Order: sequence, then structure tokens, then C-alpha cells
Amino acid sequence: MSLGLWTGLVVAFLWIPLVLICVYAFNSSNIQSWPIAGFSTKWFSAAWHNEEARSALLLSLKAAGLATAIALVLGTAAAAAVSRFRFFGRDTITFLLVLPIALPGVVTGIALNSFFTSNPVHGLTPSLWTIVIGHATFCIVVVYNNVVARLRRTQTSLTEASMDLGADGWQTFRFVTFPVISTALIAGGLLAFALSFDEVIVTTFTAGAQNTLPIWILGNLRLGQQLPQVNVVVFFVIVMTVIPVTIAQRLTRDTGILRRR
Amino acid sequence: MAVRAYEEAGRPWSGSVRRRLSAAFWRRPWLRAVALLLPPLAWMVVFYLAALAVLFVSAFWSVDSFTGKLTHAWTWSNFDTIIHDSTYHQIAFRTIWMAAAVTVTDAIIAFPFAYYMARVATPRLRTVLFVLVLLPLWSSYLARIYAWRLILNDEGVLNWSLDKLGLPHQNWAFTNTAMWIVFSYIWLPFMILPIYASLERIPDSLLEASRDLGGKSWATFRRVILPLALPGIVAGSIFTFSLTLGDYITPSLVGNVDFIGNVIYRNVLGLTNNLPFAAAYATVPLVVMAVYLALAKRTGAFEAL
Repeated sequence: MSLGLWTGLVVAFLWIPLVLICVYAFNSSNIQSWPIAGFSTKWFSAAWHNEEARSALLLSLKAAGLATAIALVLGTAAAAAVSRFRFFGRDTITFLLVLPIALPGVVTGIALNSFFTSNPVHGLTPSLWTIVIGHATFCIVVVYNNVVARLRRTQTSLTEASMDLGADGWQTFRFVTFPVISTALIAGGLLAFALSFDEVIVTTFTAGAQNTLPIWILGNLRLGQQLPQVNVVVFFVIVMTVIPVTIAQRLTRDTGILRRR
Repeated sequence: MAVRAYEEAGRPWSGSVRRRLSAAFWRRPWLRAVALLLPPLAWMVVFYLAALAVLFVSAFWSVDSFTGKLTHAWTWSNFDTIIHDSTYHQIAFRTIWMAAAVTVTDAIIAFPFAYYMARVATPRLRTVLFVLVLLPLWSSYLARIYAWRLILNDEGVLNWSLDKLGLPHQNWAFTNTAMWIVFSYIWLPFMILPIYASLERIPDSLLEASRDLGGKSWATFRRVILPLALPGIVAGSIFTFSLTLGDYITPSLVGNVDFIGNVIYRNVLGLTNNLPFAAAYATVPLVVMAVYLALAKRTGAFEAL
């Protein structure tokens, strides 16, 4: 009984701030006090026509798309190797992939920053690609966890049967392995996208002067500027992350995406 | 005609190469393992481990105070400053202390919730609760911090509600209390999920056995449930602890004092511009986490991650 009450309180604690921020997006006043002055959608069009916010959104979408693509390829390869083969140092692979998330974000950020700025070997300057490299590095583990969980639940006899029946490696992947892991791939990809789209701690260290959407939000929060438009953008970002996560959750009901890492 | 001849000639040829390749891979499992592992490993080594190595090495460099350029000469001076300057001690202790407080708070909030989710709720309710925890975890980090700024604001929801209840106003905005609340809030789902996973795995038979052997509910809890849930709690604490240690945005948005991350940020991207010192200071959370992970490994928390 009291456990149920506690559960209800925790749900309220988790959700009231999120609901509240969505309500503020419709605030007609530009003063951020409670209760809000009145309902209005005027800031939506203001935010939509904000050039800075638009270009930041575009950069965020590009970075998240590319990082997700890289994470999908590398995460799936690592998952296939770890779940299908036994070899020395197998646990180390998992550990290495988890590391970018397990270590404090500022460490990953500054490591990438000093790598990009003070390295005489390459001439990388802050660009879309430095952001993508940073994001992909910590997104790999998200895909990896989803695919590994799925492969562990699939018997190897399926691929063996396929090979025995004369299929080559590509055909086996295309017609046997891929259908089995496809929803895990989509889920992993969606989660990686959501993670990258929202990331800010590492991104500030790799983006240079470029603005991703979270960096644009952060900059305005720090200076207390354009807050009504920030409210709308934040509302949009919440929707942009909630939708893929909900879909991902539905796709992986059997394996669970409990494991973020 | 020519096309068909080409096709007939071409197909078996390409098929046979593919076939031979696939047979080669099939006969040599190690070759497949290497081919699969090489790209992700290379990525992690080149971009991540190399970056960490550069970070570590640059901690021993210094910045010329006149030109502001990096001096690539080996020096301990950065570590000297960190060890002997009490400002940096204070900041480090404050950060670690906050990380510990947040971890304990989240464990206390999360455990009963996870227990209800795993052992009391119906499967349907469990799924709903699961999604209700998962969505905040993934939804925008900045949005959730910002929401608390609006709540704790002098004219925010909190003071409005206190007013309605006839209670005195608070001034928590931009204090350590605010940071404690916001950190506990944003990392709470990271604590709930691993605890839930570990509680869900406890077989009912163990609880029945404990009861049959005369264990009262408290004894069952303390001697059966808690030890089995411990890896989950520790796994969750790795997140809450590490995430708090490495955060510099929450302190800058809802607090008014520096954390380790703020010092690092300022030295890398801010006015101070001293990358070597930032790198040296970044070893503090790194070492703390290394010790923490080593301790956590003993409890079997890694299997619960």
C-alpha cells in the first residue's frame, strides 16, 4: 500500500518537470513565472523562423544521422564478434565500448578536445566530423547492447542450417541473421539517434564555434536570452527524443532496452 | 544475346568468388572474428584510447604565460598546483561529496519504486512503469535541468504551491540544495533500472524458502533480497556517481559554485585557456572512477549493468 504510494510519488517526481516545461512552451508572456500568463502558440512560429535555431537543428540532425550510421555498422560488427566467438579479452571489448559512457562526460570531452587540437599527426579542426566522431564513439555501445541481447537469444543453429543448405556468408546474413536482428538494429539506431541529438557535455568540447541544437539552448539559458523560443525548442527536443524511444521500446519488448549501455 | 551470354558467364563467376570467400571465412572462424572486430576496435583505439592517451600526456605539459602557447616539456607543475592549492581541493571534495549524496539519495528513492515494479506490479503495470522511467531517462537532459530552474525560480511552481499551502517561501534557486535536487532528479532513472533488473531476477522460490525457514519479512529483506539486489544498486551508483562527477552544466545552470567540470571547462574553452592544467585536473575524476569501478567489480555489478 505505502509502496504503491511511493511509486506514485516517484512517477510524479519524474514527470511533473517534463509536463511543466511543455506547458511553458505555450506561455503567452515572455516572463517565465507560474502560473503562466495565458495560452498562446505565437512562440512556435517565432522559433520556427529563428535562423540560428534552424541551422543548429540542421547540424544536430546531420551529426545524429551520421553518428547513428557509424554506430550501427561498428556496434553490430562488435556484437556479432562478441556473441559468436569466444576469444581472449572478450570482456575487455565490452568494457572498452562502455568506457566512453562510464567515465565522467567531461573526461571524454576534454580527451577528444585535446586529441583534436593538440595533435600534430592530423590536421582536424572543429567541424561536423569532430562532432560525429565524438558522438559515434559513445553511441556504438547503445547499438552493441541491443544487438548483443538479441543475438544471445538466437540460436547459432539457424546460421549453421543456412550454411548447410548452401547459402554463402552474405546470403546467410541477408536472409537469416538480418531479419532476426532487424528490430534490434532499428531500436539501437533510434536510441543512438536520441542520445546523439541531445548530447551536450561532450559536444561543447568538439564543436568549436558551431551550434548544435542543445548548444544553442545552453547558450541562451546561460545568457537568459530568447527564453520563450527556448521553451518551444525544448518542447520540440523532448518530442524528438520521446518518439524514437517509445518506438524502440515497442520493438525490443522481448530483449528489453533496459541496458542503455 | 550478348547480354545474356555475359550474364550467364558472369553470374557463376561472381558467385564462385563470393562462394570461395564465404567458404574461406566459414572454415576459419578466427578470420571472421578478426574481420568483425577490427573496425570497431580500430575506431575505439584511434579515437578514444588515443585521445585519452593524449589527454594524459598533455597533463604534463604547460602553457607559456607570455605567448599562451603550449610548451611540450615534461613538468609536474600542474599536479603540484592541484595537490597544494586548497581551492582545487575544495572543488574536488565538493564534487565528490555531491556525487556521493546524489547516489545515496537516488538509491533510497529508487529502491522501493524498483521493488514495487519488479515484485508487486502486474505485468501490464510493470510495462507502463518501465516506459514512464525510460522516457525521462532519454528525454532532453537540458530540458530537465531547465524545468527545475523554472520550478525553483522565485516566482516558480514551488513557491506558488507553498503559497497555496500557507507555507513560507524558499530561496533554493542557485544553491547547493538546488544542485542536489536537480542531480538526484536527472540521474534517478539510471538508478531505478539496474535495481529493477536485479530484483526481477530473484526467483520466487528463494523468498518462499526464506519464509519456510521462519524468516520474518524484515529478515528476508535484509538477508535475501538486499544481498541479491546489491549488484544492481552498485551498477546504478556507477552511473549516478560518474555522471555527477563529470557534469559541469548542472552546476552552471542551477548552482552558484564550481565543480571539477567547471574548472576543466574554463581551462579548455573559457578565458583561462590552460589545456595542460585541465588535463591534469581531469585525472582527479578519472582516478576516483577507476577506484570506484575496481570496488564495484568485486560486488559483481558489471554483470548487472
